[in-house]
Amino acid sequence: MSMPFYVAPEQVMKDRADYARKGIARGRALVAIQYDAGIAIVAENPSNTLRKVSEIYDRIAFAGVGKYNEFDQLRVAGVRAADLKGYQYSRADVDARSLANQYAQILGQTFTHEMKPLEVEILVAEIGVDASHDQLFHILYDGTVLDEKRFSVLGGDADAIAGRLTPDLASTPDLAVAIKVASRALSGPERTLVADDLEVAVLRRNGARRAFARLDDAEVERLLAN
Amino acid sequence: MAMPFFAPGDNPGASFLDLLRRTGVDPFAAGDVGRVSVPHATTCVALRFGGGVVMAGDRRATSGNLISHRSMEKVVEADRFSGVAIAGAAGPAMEMIKLFQLQLEHYEKVEGMMLSLEGKANQLSMLVRGNLPAAMQGMVVVPIFAGFDTATGTGRLWDYDPTGGRYEEKEYVATGSGSLHAGTVVKVGWRSDLDADGAIRLAVKALWEAADADSATGGPDALRGIYPVTATITSDGWSRVDDARLASIVDELLVEQRARNGGDGR
Repeated sequence: MSMPFYVAPEQVMKDRADYARKGIARGRALVAIQYDAGIAIVAENPSNTLRKVSEIYDRIAFAGVGKYNEFDQLRVAGVRAADLKGYQYSRADVDARSLANQYAQILGQTFTHEMKPLEVEILVAEIGVDASHDQLFHILYDGTVLDEKRFSVLGGDADAIAGRLTPDLASTPDLAVAIKVASRALSGPERTLVADDLEVAVLRRNGARRAFARLDDAEVERLLAN
Repeated sequence: MAMPFFAPGDNPGASFLDLLRRTGVDPFAAGDVGRVSVPHATTCVALRFGGGVVMAGDRRATSGNLISHRSMEKVVEADRFSGVAIAGAAGPAMEMIKLFQLQLEHYEKVEGMMLSLEGKANQLSMLVRGNLPAAMQGMVVVPIFAGFDTATGTGRLWDYDPTGGRYEEKEYVATGSGSLHAGTVVKVGWRSDLDADGAIRLAVKALWEAADADSATGGPDALRGIYPVTATITSDGWSRVDDARLASIVDELLVEQRARNGGDGR
């Protein structure tokens, strides 16, 4: 009878983490920034139809980087979980924290028990009644949940992007500044991103039930220009 | 509650109803309870005008000869470009509206785009058909559906029967116990060149006449400040007519009515 080779658990986890990180680093990054009237999510995305940022519920948005089919599956599961909860209880009972926990469990479970970890990082953002109640949950490929303040960066080059972002965000920006700062941080010093390279969506604190809105290229261009 | 995941070949897709059934929350899973008596909602109308459609519904719900609610809202926004109005058993009707709104929003979020207006009308048809077992026990729900078709740039409206039959109409639709009277008023007053204001007036007048002839339809209640729910749906989306404007339309109708009765209109 043949014996399987012994591989130390540390090594298994390390290999999986490397695999996931490599997959995520292949894609483009995204940035979420709290601005004076909500949360802006800016993703580098050359496609105009395959979305990285989407609506989950009234005040909750989802964003993902990495392997598209994997985070899209997570997005749909989130929409389903939120709509089911809102139907069975009340719309007010659907919250980002609970969704983030569920996502974390799925990612953690897959990371430890499946052949291959999910090559994604996701963001669950929620706007509250005021800025102090805004929430940004950044969830990693292994199920680690980070509760972030003011801004969040997802993707391969996150540290460098966050480094470029921090000095520009001394105070809470308005929407135009937030998008400009995000675009600069995503592009880095060597290139410039134009409206067509970006996918921008916002959660707006304007009293409407559904706070999520996409900004089209013309709108992004206008905001980047002034 | 666990996050719902499905295998690729076994996926409910963008259907919220299918998702409910798959997760064991079937909204139509009613056993045979025999005939039951429940509050009933009454008259609603919808009509087309140049820029879109107007929908209106009275506010009364009745249980037999008693008024059970005076300020029910039977005309509601289904999504940005459509509305639904419901007559029939109040409980299942409200549940149907809620499910319908959720289905439209769920589809929009899962698929990343809105359903076509025709698609929305078809979805409502399936909900009405799903209610058929309850309808056989006396809990009939008969909606009307209207909206602005962004693809063709016109208002469109649909009438339903209790089996889910769906009939698109060109000028107007009416449903509920006072629909005969309300429908007749709209039919006589409808012109192809109606504007939004004219269409709103015609809808309010239709409900007024229905309330005058049908005891289950509530008229405007100036004492409590309750007026028919009236809304327009145009290229700008759903917009509810505010009560102050409805009050002034009702005042004008009163003057008109008094003049017709030989008074001086004051």
